[in-house]
Amino acid sequence: MSEPVSGHPGIPTGTSVSDPELAAVRAAVGAVVDPEVPVLTIADLGVLRSVERIDGRVVVTITPTYSGCPAMQYIADRVEDALSATGAVGEVRTVLSPAWTTDWLSDEGRRKLTDYGIAAPVTVRSRLACPRCGSKRTKPISEFGSTACKALYRCEECLEPFDYFKELS
Amino acid sequence: MNAALFANPLVTYLLRLADDNLVHAQQLGALVSRMPELEEDIAVANLCLDHLGQARNLLTYAAEVDGAGRDEDALAMLRDERDFRNAVLVEQPNGDFGQTIAKQFFLDAYQVPLYEALIGSADEQLAAIADKAAKEARYHLRYSSQWVIRLGDGTAESHRRMQAGIDAIWPFTADLFFTDEVEAELGPIAADPAPLRERFDATVAAVLAEATLALPADPYQRLGGRVGNHTELLGHVLPEMQSLHRAHVGAGW
Repeated sequence: MSEPVSGHPGIPTGTSVSDPELAAVRAAVGAVVDPEVPVLTIADLGVLRSVERIDGRVVVTITPTYSGCPAMQYIADRVEDALSATGAVGEVRTVLSPAWTTDWLSDEGRRKLTDYGIAAPVTVRSRLACPRCGSKRTKPISEFGSTACKALYRCEECLEPFDYFKELS
Repeated sequence: MNAALFANPLVTYLLRLADDNLVHAQQLGALVSRMPELEEDIAVANLCLDHLGQARNLLTYAAEVDGAGRDEDALAMLRDERDFRNAVLVEQPNGDFGQTIAKQFFLDAYQVPLYEALIGSADEQLAAIADKAAKEARYHLRYSSQWVIRLGDGTAESHRRMQAGIDAIWPFTADLFFTDEVEAELGPIAADPAPLRERFDATVAAVLAEATLALPADPYQRLGGRVGNHTELLGHVLPEMQSLHRAHVGAGW
Protein backbone atom coordinates (compact mmCIF):
# COMPACT_ATOMS: atom_id res chain seq x y z
CA MET A 1 0.00 0.00 0.00
CA SER A 2 1.26 3.51 -0.83
CA GLU A 3 1.98 6.04 1.85
CA PRO A 4 -0.82 8.61 2.29
CA VAL A 5 0.42 12.15 1.75
CA SER A 6 -2.32 14.59 0.88
CA GLY A 7 -5.99 15.46 1.14
CA HIS A 8 -8.43 17.23 3.43
CA PRO A 9 -7.43 17.56 7.06
CA GLY A 10 -8.36 14.45 8.96
CA ILE A 11 -9.04 12.38 5.88
CA PRO A 12 -6.52 9.78 4.85
CA THR A 13 -6.45 9.95 1.08
CA GLY A 14 -3.82 7.33 0.49
CA THR A 15 -2.70 9.21 -2.59
CA SER A 16 1.00 9.06 -3.15
CA VAL A 17 3.02 11.52 -5.21
CA SER A 18 5.16 8.63 -6.35
CA ASP A 19 2.17 6.90 -7.96
CA PRO A 20 0.86 9.02 -10.85
CA GLU A 21 -1.94 6.57 -11.64
CA LEU A 22 -3.39 6.98 -8.14
CA ALA A 23 -3.15 10.76 -8.47
CA ALA A 24 -5.01 10.60 -11.79
CA VAL A 25 -7.73 8.35 -10.33
CA ARG A 26 -8.06 10.59 -7.32
CA ALA A 27 -8.52 13.66 -9.53
CA ALA A 28 -11.08 11.84 -11.70
CA VAL A 29 -13.22 10.31 -8.98
CA GLY A 30 -12.87 13.36 -6.72
CA ALA A 31 -14.55 15.47 -9.41
CA VAL A 32 -17.80 13.43 -9.27
CA VAL A 33 -20.53 15.80 -8.09
CA ASP A 34 -23.31 15.31 -5.57
CA PRO A 35 -26.50 15.18 -7.68
CA GLU A 36 -28.50 16.88 -4.91
CA VAL A 37 -26.04 19.72 -4.33
CA PRO A 38 -24.35 19.78 -7.77
CA VAL A 39 -22.00 22.59 -6.77
CA LEU A 40 -20.13 20.17 -4.48
CA THR A 41 -17.82 17.37 -5.54
CA ILE A 42 -17.44 14.25 -3.43
CA ALA A 43 -13.94 15.46 -2.58
CA ASP A 44 -15.42 18.73 -1.23
CA LEU A 45 -17.96 16.74 0.79
CA GLY A 46 -15.48 14.33 2.32
CA VAL A 47 -17.51 11.46 0.83
CA LEU A 48 -14.35 10.33 -0.96
CA ARG A 49 -12.38 8.64 1.81
CA SER A 50 -9.34 7.23 0.08
CA VAL A 51 -7.69 6.16 -3.15
CA GLU A 52 -5.09 3.48 -2.52
CA ARG A 53 -3.30 0.64 -4.16
CA ILE A 54 -3.99 -2.72 -2.55
CA ASP A 55 -2.35 -5.83 -4.01
CA GLY A 56 -1.75 -3.98 -7.26
CA ARG A 57 -5.38 -2.88 -7.67
CA VAL A 58 -6.70 0.65 -7.24
CA VAL A 59 -9.28 0.79 -4.43
CA VAL A 60 -11.52 3.85 -4.17
CA THR A 61 -13.36 4.10 -0.85
CA ILE A 62 -16.43 6.26 -0.35
CA THR A 63 -18.77 6.76 2.63
CA PRO A 64 -22.44 7.88 2.69
CA THR A 65 -23.48 11.16 4.31
CA TYR A 66 -26.74 9.78 5.76
CA SER A 67 -27.78 6.12 6.19
CA GLY A 68 -30.65 6.62 3.76
CA CYS A 69 -29.09 9.11 1.36
CA PRO A 70 -30.84 8.34 -1.95
CA ALA A 71 -27.95 9.84 -3.93
CA MET A 72 -25.44 7.26 -2.71
CA GLN A 73 -26.12 4.63 -5.38
CA TYR A 74 -25.91 7.29 -8.08
CA ILE A 75 -22.62 8.58 -6.66
CA ALA A 76 -21.18 5.04 -6.41
CA ASP A 77 -22.14 4.41 -10.07
CA ARG A 78 -20.53 7.68 -11.24
CA VAL A 79 -17.37 6.86 -9.26
CA GLU A 80 -17.28 3.46 -10.99
CA ASP A 81 -17.62 5.24 -14.36
CA ALA A 82 -14.88 7.75 -13.51
CA LEU A 83 -12.57 4.99 -12.30
CA SER A 84 -12.97 2.88 -15.45
CA ALA A 85 -12.57 5.96 -17.66
CA THR A 86 -9.03 6.40 -16.28
CA GLY A 87 -8.21 2.88 -17.47
CA ALA A 88 -7.09 1.85 -13.99
CA VAL A 89 -7.90 -1.67 -12.80
CA GLY A 90 -9.69 -1.49 -9.50
CA GLU A 91 -12.89 -1.29 -7.52
CA VAL A 92 -15.11 1.04 -5.50
CA ARG A 93 -15.87 0.22 -1.87
CA THR A 94 -18.48 1.81 0.37
CA VAL A 95 -17.70 1.94 4.10
CA LEU A 96 -19.78 3.18 7.06
CA SER A 97 -17.00 3.70 9.56
CA PRO A 98 -15.71 6.14 10.59
CA ALA A 99 -19.07 7.83 10.16
CA TRP A 100 -19.22 10.89 7.94
CA THR A 101 -19.40 14.26 9.65
CA THR A 102 -19.81 17.78 8.30
CA ASP A 103 -16.38 18.52 9.80
CA TRP A 104 -15.04 16.80 6.67
CA LEU A 105 -16.53 19.41 4.39
CA SER A 106 -13.56 21.22 2.84
CA ASP A 107 -13.07 25.01 3.09
CA GLU A 108 -13.50 25.10 -0.66
CA GLY A 109 -16.77 23.18 -0.24
CA ARG A 110 -18.01 25.61 2.42
CA ARG A 111 -17.25 28.57 0.16
CA LYS A 112 -19.00 26.94 -2.81
CA LEU A 113 -22.06 26.21 -0.68
CA THR A 114 -22.38 29.80 0.51
CA ASP A 115 -21.95 31.11 -3.06
CA TYR A 116 -24.69 28.69 -4.12
CA GLY A 117 -27.08 30.17 -1.50
CA ILE A 118 -26.84 27.37 1.06
CA ALA A 119 -25.55 28.25 4.54
CA ALA A 120 -22.57 26.06 5.48
CA PRO A 121 -22.73 24.01 8.71
CA VAL A 122 -21.90 25.80 11.98
CA THR A 123 -21.11 24.36 15.40
CA VAL A 124 -23.40 26.83 17.19
CA ARG A 125 -26.70 27.61 15.46
CA SER A 126 -26.77 31.19 16.78
CA ARG A 127 -23.79 31.90 14.51
CA LEU A 128 -25.71 30.85 11.43
CA ALA A 129 -25.52 33.69 8.90
CA CYS A 130 -27.80 34.32 5.92
CA PRO A 131 -25.92 33.27 2.76
CA ARG A 132 -27.42 36.23 0.86
CA CYS A 133 -26.98 39.24 3.16
CA GLY A 134 -24.72 37.84 5.90
CA SER A 135 -27.06 38.76 8.76
CA LYS A 136 -27.07 36.49 11.81
CA ARG A 137 -30.70 37.33 12.54
CA THR A 138 -31.84 33.95 11.21
CA LYS A 139 -34.66 31.70 12.27
CA PRO A 140 -35.37 28.00 11.66
CA ILE A 141 -38.48 27.21 9.63
CA SER A 142 -37.96 23.45 9.61
CA GLU A 143 -35.30 21.09 11.02
CA PHE A 144 -35.57 19.16 7.76
CA GLY A 145 -35.29 20.43 4.21
CA SER A 146 -35.47 19.38 0.58
CA THR A 147 -32.74 16.74 1.01
CA ALA A 148 -31.50 14.65 3.96
CA CYS A 149 -28.56 16.99 4.54
CA LYS A 150 -30.44 20.29 4.77
CA ALA A 151 -32.69 22.28 7.12
CA LEU A 152 -34.81 25.28 6.18
CA TYR A 153 -34.15 28.78 7.57
CA ARG A 154 -35.34 32.32 7.07
CA CYS A 155 -33.38 35.56 7.31
CA GLU A 156 -35.12 38.12 9.52
CA GLU A 157 -33.08 40.91 7.93
CA CYS A 158 -33.54 40.42 4.17
CA LEU A 159 -36.58 38.16 4.72
CA GLU A 160 -35.34 35.51 2.28
CA PRO A 161 -35.76 31.83 3.10
CA PHE A 162 -32.64 29.71 2.61
CA ASP A 163 -31.31 26.17 2.93
CA TYR A 164 -28.92 25.31 5.74
CA PHE A 165 -26.50 22.40 5.32
CA LYS A 166 -27.18 20.96 8.76
CA GLU A 167 -24.32 20.14 11.07
CA LEU A 168 -23.74 16.45 11.78
CA SER A 169 -20.96 15.61 14.15
CA MET B 1 -42.24 -19.29 11.82
CA ASN B 2 -38.97 -19.71 9.94
CA ALA B 3 -36.96 -21.33 12.77
CA ALA B 4 -33.74 -21.55 10.74
CA LEU B 5 -33.65 -17.77 10.37
CA PHE B 6 -33.54 -17.35 14.14
CA ALA B 7 -30.94 -20.02 14.87
CA ASN B 8 -28.14 -17.43 15.03
CA PRO B 9 -28.66 -14.93 17.89
CA LEU B 10 -26.80 -12.19 15.98
CA VAL B 11 -29.25 -12.47 13.06
CA THR B 12 -32.18 -12.29 15.47
CA TYR B 13 -30.68 -9.26 17.21
CA LEU B 14 -30.03 -7.47 13.90
CA LEU B 15 -33.61 -8.19 12.81
CA ARG B 16 -34.91 -6.70 16.07
CA LEU B 17 -32.94 -3.52 15.39
CA ALA B 18 -33.72 -3.43 11.65
CA ASP B 19 -37.44 -4.14 11.91
CA ASP B 20 -38.00 -1.25 14.35
CA ASN B 21 -36.71 1.04 11.61
CA LEU B 22 -38.33 -0.69 8.67
CA VAL B 23 -41.84 -0.90 10.13
CA HIS B 24 -41.59 2.61 11.58
CA ALA B 25 -40.54 4.03 8.20
CA GLN B 26 -43.39 2.20 6.46
CA GLN B 27 -46.03 3.36 8.97
CA LEU B 28 -44.79 6.93 9.10
CA GLY B 29 -44.39 7.02 5.31
CA ALA B 30 -48.17 6.85 4.96
CA LEU B 31 -48.21 10.47 6.18
CA VAL B 32 -46.01 11.82 3.40
CA SER B 33 -48.22 14.26 1.47
CA ARG B 34 -50.78 14.19 4.33
CA MET B 35 -49.13 16.43 6.92
CA PRO B 36 -50.80 19.67 8.01
CA GLU B 37 -47.88 21.82 6.84
CA LEU B 38 -45.32 21.49 4.07
CA GLU B 39 -42.42 21.74 6.55
CA GLU B 40 -43.72 18.81 8.59
CA ASP B 41 -44.36 16.86 5.44
CA ILE B 42 -40.72 17.28 4.50
CA ALA B 43 -39.66 16.40 8.04
CA VAL B 44 -41.63 13.17 7.98
CA ALA B 45 -40.20 12.20 4.58
CA ASN B 46 -36.67 12.83 5.89
CA LEU B 47 -37.29 10.84 9.07
CA CYS B 48 -38.56 7.92 6.98
CA LEU B 49 -35.49 8.12 4.78
CA ASP B 50 -33.11 7.96 7.75
CA HIS B 51 -34.99 5.06 9.34
CA LEU B 52 -35.20 3.19 6.06
CA GLY B 53 -31.47 3.73 5.50
CA GLN B 54 -30.71 2.34 8.95
CA ALA B 55 -33.00 -0.62 8.26
CA ARG B 56 -31.20 -1.32 4.97
CA ASN B 57 -27.76 -1.26 6.60
CA LEU B 58 -28.94 -3.62 9.35
CA LEU B 59 -30.83 -5.97 7.00
CA THR B 60 -27.92 -6.16 4.58
CA TYR B 61 -25.67 -7.16 7.45
CA ALA B 62 -28.24 -9.62 8.85
CA ALA B 63 -28.45 -11.26 5.41
CA GLU B 64 -24.66 -11.51 5.26
CA VAL B 65 -24.39 -13.10 8.73
CA ASP B 66 -27.31 -15.41 7.96
CA GLY B 67 -25.52 -16.58 4.83
CA ALA B 68 -28.55 -18.40 3.45
CA GLY B 69 -28.63 -16.61 0.12
CA ARG B 70 -31.28 -14.09 1.20
CA ASP B 71 -30.59 -10.40 0.55
CA GLU B 72 -31.98 -7.28 2.26
CA ASP B 73 -35.01 -7.28 -0.05
CA ALA B 74 -35.83 -10.90 0.72
CA LEU B 75 -35.64 -10.16 4.44
CA ALA B 76 -37.82 -7.06 4.15
CA MET B 77 -40.35 -8.27 1.62
CA LEU B 78 -40.61 -12.05 1.91
CA ARG B 79 -40.89 -12.55 5.66
CA ASP B 80 -44.34 -12.97 7.19
CA GLU B 81 -45.72 -11.25 10.26
CA ARG B 82 -44.56 -13.83 12.82
CA ASP B 83 -40.99 -13.49 11.52
CA PHE B 84 -40.84 -9.75 12.16
CA ARG B 85 -39.00 -8.75 15.33
CA ASN B 86 -39.89 -5.06 15.72
CA ALA B 87 -41.21 -3.76 19.02
CA VAL B 88 -45.01 -3.35 18.96
CA LEU B 89 -44.51 0.42 19.41
CA VAL B 90 -43.65 1.11 15.77
CA GLU B 91 -46.65 -0.73 14.31
CA GLN B 92 -49.11 1.47 16.23
CA PRO B 93 -51.29 3.81 14.17
CA ASN B 94 -50.06 7.31 13.35
CA GLY B 95 -53.29 8.81 14.72
CA ASP B 96 -53.32 12.59 14.85
CA PHE B 97 -50.15 14.71 14.86
CA GLY B 98 -49.89 14.41 18.66
CA GLN B 99 -49.87 10.63 18.50
CA THR B 100 -47.45 10.61 15.53
CA ILE B 101 -45.03 12.77 17.51
CA ALA B 102 -45.46 10.67 20.68
CA LYS B 103 -44.49 7.53 18.74
CA GLN B 104 -41.50 9.24 17.12
CA PHE B 105 -40.39 10.73 20.45
CA PHE B 106 -40.44 7.42 22.35
CA LEU B 107 -38.57 5.68 19.53
CA ASP B 108 -35.95 8.46 19.42
CA ALA B 109 -35.51 8.51 23.21
CA TYR B 110 -34.77 4.76 22.96
CA GLN B 111 -32.60 4.79 19.83
CA VAL B 112 -30.20 7.53 20.95
CA PRO B 113 -28.79 5.59 23.95
CA LEU B 114 -29.16 2.32 22.01
CA TYR B 115 -26.99 3.38 19.09
CA GLU B 116 -24.55 5.22 21.33
CA ALA B 117 -24.07 2.01 23.33
CA LEU B 118 -23.70 -0.06 20.16
CA ILE B 119 -20.83 2.12 18.95
CA GLY B 120 -18.89 0.12 21.54
CA SER B 121 -20.23 -3.24 20.29
CA ALA B 122 -17.73 -6.08 20.02
CA ASP B 123 -19.05 -6.57 16.48
CA GLU B 124 -17.22 -4.16 14.17
CA GLN B 125 -19.86 -3.86 11.46
CA LEU B 126 -22.70 -3.34 13.95
CA ALA B 127 -20.59 -0.64 15.64
CA ALA B 128 -20.08 1.09 12.28
CA ILE B 129 -23.81 1.06 11.48
CA ALA B 130 -24.58 2.39 14.98
CA ASP B 131 -21.99 5.17 14.71
CA LYS B 132 -23.78 6.49 11.65
CA ALA B 133 -27.28 5.98 13.04
CA ALA B 134 -26.49 7.64 16.39
CA LYS B 135 -25.90 11.01 14.73
CA GLU B 136 -29.23 10.75 12.91
CA ALA B 137 -31.10 9.60 16.03
CA ARG B 138 -29.85 12.61 18.02
CA TYR B 139 -31.19 14.92 15.33
CA HIS B 140 -34.53 13.08 15.35
CA LEU B 141 -34.78 13.36 19.13
CA ARG B 142 -34.21 17.08 18.97
CA TYR B 143 -37.03 17.42 16.44
CA SER B 144 -39.56 15.22 18.26
CA SER B 145 -38.76 16.67 21.73
CA GLN B 146 -39.34 20.18 20.42
CA TRP B 147 -42.78 19.21 19.17
CA VAL B 148 -43.72 17.39 22.41
CA ILE B 149 -42.80 20.54 24.35
CA ARG B 150 -44.41 22.98 21.92
CA LEU B 151 -47.70 21.06 21.82
CA GLY B 152 -47.76 20.06 25.49
CA ASP B 153 -46.97 23.55 26.71
CA GLY B 154 -49.08 25.19 23.99
CA THR B 155 -52.82 25.78 23.88
CA ALA B 156 -55.39 23.84 25.92
CA GLU B 157 -56.31 21.89 22.78
CA SER B 158 -52.74 21.08 21.75
CA HIS B 159 -51.98 20.02 25.34
CA ARG B 160 -55.02 17.76 25.44
CA ARG B 161 -54.11 16.08 22.16
CA MET B 162 -50.41 15.67 22.94
CA GLN B 163 -51.36 14.09 26.29
CA ALA B 164 -53.80 11.79 24.46
CA GLY B 165 -50.98 10.78 22.11
CA ILE B 166 -48.67 9.97 25.04
CA ASP B 167 -51.45 7.97 26.73
CA ALA B 168 -52.17 5.99 23.57
CA ILE B 169 -48.55 5.11 22.77
CA TRP B 170 -47.00 4.64 26.22
CA PRO B 171 -48.35 1.05 26.74
CA PHE B 172 -46.19 -0.09 23.80
CA THR B 173 -42.85 1.33 25.02
CA ALA B 174 -41.69 -1.47 27.38
CA ASP B 175 -41.45 -3.81 24.39
CA LEU B 176 -38.49 -1.75 23.15
CA PHE B 177 -36.51 -2.96 26.17
CA PHE B 178 -37.52 -6.61 26.07
CA THR B 179 -34.53 -8.93 26.19
CA ASP B 180 -34.13 -12.68 26.41
CA GLU B 181 -31.42 -15.30 25.80
CA VAL B 182 -30.60 -13.63 22.45
CA GLU B 183 -28.96 -10.62 24.11
CA ALA B 184 -27.50 -12.81 26.87
CA GLU B 185 -25.78 -15.06 24.32
CA LEU B 186 -24.40 -12.10 22.38
CA GLY B 187 -22.77 -10.56 25.47
CA PRO B 188 -20.58 -7.56 24.49
CA ILE B 189 -22.01 -7.50 20.94
CA ALA B 190 -25.45 -6.38 22.20
CA ALA B 191 -26.28 -3.22 24.14
CA ASP B 192 -26.68 -3.65 27.90
CA PRO B 193 -30.44 -3.03 28.41
CA ALA B 194 -30.42 -1.58 31.95
CA PRO B 195 -28.58 1.70 31.21
CA LEU B 196 -30.70 2.13 28.06
CA ARG B 197 -33.87 2.09 30.11
CA GLU B 198 -32.36 4.54 32.61
CA ARG B 199 -31.45 7.05 29.91
CA PHE B 200 -34.80 6.59 28.17
CA ASP B 201 -36.67 7.24 31.42
CA ALA B 202 -34.54 10.32 32.15
CA THR B 203 -35.15 11.79 28.66
CA VAL B 204 -38.89 11.10 28.84
CA ALA B 205 -39.17 12.59 32.35
CA ALA B 206 -37.26 15.76 31.41
CA VAL B 207 -39.16 16.42 28.18
CA LEU B 208 -42.59 15.64 29.61
CA ALA B 209 -41.92 17.89 32.62
CA GLU B 210 -41.03 20.80 30.33
CA ALA B 211 -44.07 20.01 28.21
CA THR B 212 -46.34 19.98 31.31
CA LEU B 213 -47.39 16.45 30.38
CA ALA B 214 -47.55 13.25 32.43
CA LEU B 215 -47.25 9.53 31.83
CA PRO B 216 -50.48 7.53 32.22
CA ALA B 217 -51.09 6.02 35.67
CA ASP B 218 -52.15 2.66 34.19
CA PRO B 219 -49.06 0.39 34.28
CA TYR B 220 -50.31 -1.91 31.48
CA GLN B 221 -47.67 -2.71 28.85
CA ARG B 222 -48.09 -4.87 25.75
CA LEU B 223 -45.02 -7.03 25.00
CA GLY B 224 -44.30 -9.69 22.39
CA GLY B 225 -42.96 -7.96 19.27
CA ARG B 226 -39.39 -9.14 19.84
CA VAL B 227 -40.53 -12.77 19.63
CA GLY B 228 -42.98 -12.28 16.77
CA ASN B 229 -46.24 -11.84 18.72
CA HIS B 230 -47.48 -8.62 17.19
CA THR B 231 -50.58 -6.52 17.54
CA GLU B 232 -53.15 -6.79 14.77
CA LEU B 233 -51.80 -3.63 13.14
CA LEU B 234 -48.65 -5.21 11.71
CA GLY B 235 -50.92 -7.44 9.65
CA HIS B 236 -52.14 -4.30 7.89
CA VAL B 237 -48.74 -2.67 7.48
CA LEU B 238 -46.96 -5.61 5.88
CA PRO B 239 -49.27 -6.43 2.94
CA GLU B 240 -49.14 -2.82 1.83
CA MET B 241 -45.33 -2.80 2.04
CA GLN B 242 -44.79 -6.23 0.48
CA SER B 243 -47.50 -6.64 -2.16
CA LEU B 244 -45.62 -4.99 -5.03
CA HIS B 245 -42.46 -6.98 -4.44
CA ARG B 246 -44.40 -10.24 -4.15
CA ALA B 247 -46.53 -9.56 -7.23
CA HIS B 248 -43.49 -8.85 -9.40
CA VAL B 249 -40.90 -11.37 -8.23
CA GLY B 250 -37.39 -10.39 -9.22
CA ALA B 251 -38.41 -7.09 -10.79
CA GLY B 252 -35.87 -4.25 -10.67
CA TRP B 253 -35.90 -0.55 -11.45
